[in-house]
Amino acid sequence: MAENGIGASVRRKEDKRFLIGKGNYTDDINVAGQTYASFVRSPHAHATINGIDTSVAKASAGVVAVFTGDDLAADGIGPLICGVTVTSDDGEPHRAPAHPALAQGKVNYVGDHVAIVIAETLAQAKDAAEKVDVDYTALPAVTETGTAADAGQPQIHDLAPNNMCYNWPFGDKDAVEAAFASAHKVSSLDLVNNRMVTNPMEPRAALGEYNSGTEEITLHLTTQNPHVHRLVMSAFNQLAPEHKLRIVSPDVGGGFGAKIFVYAEELVVGWACRKVNRPVKWTGDRTEAFLADAHGRDHVTTAEMALDENGKFLAMRVMTKANLGAYLSTFSTMVPSYLYVFLLAGQYTTPLIYSEVKAVFTNTAPVDASRGAGRPEATYLVERLVDVAAADMGLEPAEIRRRNFIAQDAFPYQTPVVQCYDSGDYETALDKALVLADHDGFAARAEEAKSRGLLRGIGLSSYVEACGIAPSAAVGQLGAGVGLWESAQVRFNPTGNVQVFTGTHSHGQGHETTFAQLVTEQLGVPIENIEVIHGDTAKTQFGMGTYGSRSLAVGGVAIAKACEKLINKGKKIAAHALEAAEGDIEFTDGNFTIAGTDKGMNIAEVAFNAYVPHSYPEGLEPGFDENAFFDPLNFSFPAGTHICEVEVDPETGVVDIVRYSAVDDFGRLINPMIVEGQVHGGIAHGIGQALMEGCRYDSEGQLITASYMDYAMPRADNVPNFDVDYAPTDPPDNPLGVKGCGEAGAIGAPPAIINAITNALGVKHIDMPATPENVWRAAQSAA
Amino acid sequence: MPTIKLNVNEKPVSGEVEQRMLLVQFLRENLGLTGTHVGCDTSQCGSCVVHVDGKSIKSCTMLAVMAEGCEVTTIEGLANGAELHPMQQAFMDNHGLQCGFCTPGMVMSALDIVNRNGNNLDETTVRKELVGNICRCTGYHNIVKSVTAGAKAMGD
Repeated sequence: MAENGIGASVRRKEDKRFLIGKGNYTDDINVAGQTYASFVRSPHAHATINGIDTSVAKASAGVVAVFTGDDLAADGIGPLICGVTVTSDDGEPHRAPAHPALAQGKVNYVGDHVAIVIAETLAQAKDAAEKVDVDYTALPAVTETGTAADAGQPQIHDLAPNNMCYNWPFGDKDAVEAAFASAHKVSSLDLVNNRMVTNPMEPRAALGEYNSGTEEITLHLTTQNPHVHRLVMSAFNQLAPEHKLRIVSPDVGGGFGAKIFVYAEELVVGWACRKVNRPVKWTGDRTEAFLADAHGRDHVTTAEMALDENGKFLAMRVMTKANLGAYLSTFSTMVPSYLYVFLLAGQYTTPLIYSEVKAVFTNTAPVDASRGAGRPEATYLVERLVDVAAADMGLEPAEIRRRNFIAQDAFPYQTPVVQCYDSGDYETALDKALVLADHDGFAARAEEAKSRGLLRGIGLSSYVEACGIAPSAAVGQLGAGVGLWESAQVRFNPTGNVQVFTGTHSHGQGHETTFAQLVTEQLGVPIENIEVIHGDTAKTQFGMGTYGSRSLAVGGVAIAKACEKLINKGKKIAAHALEAAEGDIEFTDGNFTIAGTDKGMNIAEVAFNAYVPHSYPEGLEPGFDENAFFDPLNFSFPAGTHICEVEVDPETGVVDIVRYSAVDDFGRLINPMIVEGQVHGGIAHGIGQALMEGCRYDSEGQLITASYMDYAMPRADNVPNFDVDYAPTDPPDNPLGVKGCGEAGAIGAPPAIINAITNALGVKHIDMPATPENVWRAAQSAA
Repeated sequence: MPTIKLNVNEKPVSGEVEQRMLLVQFLRENLGLTGTHVGCDTSQCGSCVVHVDGKSIKSCTMLAVMAEGCEVTTIEGLANGAELHPMQQAFMDNHGLQCGFCTPGMVMSALDIVNRNGNNLDETTVRKELVGNICRCTGYHNIVKSVTAGAKAMGD
């Protein structure tokens, strides 16, 4: 292994700048002549707009311009799009009502964008925004996921009768019904997957600059996928041709999915900077993030499992209503469909699965991917239902899982829901987790807790997820408008140091270190001589960005392929310089040598020769700089078992997570320190969902959890230390042998926590978030 | 507009400010000290923590005019040239940061915790003391380790 190569917990290259205050986030950037934008947002969840009077605002001090949806439409900008088609049960594509970036005649959620005010200072922009006079006629609102499609509900979009976006059945309904009819036992569960606000700590921001000489727009954005933004804004929103639009996403303060999407503010700022021919800056505040960032989750589900007399799963049936909010966000349609239903097999051999997903519109913020995206929803229902089934059958939770696990020798395993898992060893992960959690000692700990008046519970979750998205042909068949390959460029400079350009984007994941480790391992260049560059469409050739735990599993492979090309070219150059046959040249640890001799040259010398080709192989191109694209062969299937142990105070309903153990299969670890950090963060996100976080609208569609005073984020004293270990397998479909690790914690944690609480209380179910009030009520009803 | 004079990171600074300007805006916009961040609008997240006259304060909750004559220390004022402050080094060594956005506030709060509680910090104390700083990335595990290790290193 190269020093600082694969498997080393290298300290992060990116840390120094963050630690000394030299991070470069979008709002940190200021340019000469900059103006400031403030958005006028709808105070109503559902209203028609009778007129907008901007005259007073326009005359307000310092105001440069005020624009509304009419101005945007006059320039042919927008509407915002959704890039994935889901075919509804009537054979038609999902209903896709227009999503104007600035409202046209109607608003559909509180925070919906009505106008942009641009002024010399931020304070002047905000002052003037309050002077935009919008004449609304309020309409009744629809906010509840479970009833939005019921008869008699207010209608949001003419194009979507009964507020239905799609009804998407999947699987063999008749076969599943037959299996249920002859089953020994049927277990069932109604549950809610609570709506979350994703809440990366850096609010979204945009800084647009227009160069009237080159006619190029440069847009600094808080995005996880700058090239996708450029593509969508060019091809679908008519902002500017792709070659005249540059997106820069510098340091980005967390994403977790919320910064994937093309948002109204971003498009409008990009357009407005050209319109006023001045730089325009918008920085969202936290209230705007709550109102207008895409939210996550929000399912209402009934799930049933048919079992035989041995506790083997015969069939599963899942009926889900999923809230997509007022408009379709960029990838929203695929979240409660492909990213959800295709995970319903979990770690089990359940042969028959039938599901129906009814996706509905409501007068709430758009809902889209949020850390895990569909997979936490699937895992939560599967792992809760399995615990309910265990109780119904009188089996231990670990035992019913063992009886139904896909066996270690059964991979690759074709599930009944499209996915073909390439590797896994679920029983080993379970066994290791039981030891790590000292499951055998639980009974004694519970007894001791009882002496203190506390109820102690333990819960398991054996999850699998599908990430590393995704094979382009597969997602194309499903209706995606893009391919999901990744690209890389590895460039030697003549002096021997290396620049690595990746199409993925790091917003906390540590790519600058992990990817440098890949390169130092493969090329033998010291890690301090390697720089990883991302987040600028003018620097990186192209890229699909970072989400779905894809950066290493897809983008890392592209980097490795580019390195391989350099080695192959380097052999030709070295062979010439060393006066040997190319076939006799070996490459190890950064040196090209003639096999069986100590005669050789370093890769830095080869790079120099490539740029100063005075004596050089005939016909070979100069330069030492290679591109590669990689389209994955399959999804990546991390899996594992998480075990949560809680103490519940029945008098107060307070849940204390006293122990949390996670054993995961992420294949080969490049930087164990970074992987463990991803696990920690994911679990804490899951703890937030399970215990604290619940986004709530009232019946009129007012967001009543619109700040950190009302929306409970996990804080340092809400979470424990985590015990983390691994049970790796070697995924044959990934050339690096790696699996994604960024979302697993958020997927595995919620059911482990709720299973622990229901175990402590002796109740069948409790909905998330299990706040003290909810737990106290459940404890009272159980007592 | 009033003019204020104060010391920031041991250097005298002054500026004309609107009465309603917040200290964090003065630091970021007037002085270009963009290491101090704004993550919320309700004084909850702690991304904007700086020290004023030796005590930690959320700089989104203080008007710039209130800092007249004060000694302000920001994240930019901690390192000694190329050498990181022991608390900064501890965050690096213990992977106490991911996206880096909450990090300056975390480090400034950590120093205040050490100032008030000494160098031998237990996990419970650190967790309770950190409730005014929100992090979405790390799950706090490594932040707690960092603060404990940094506190110890500061005493060595």
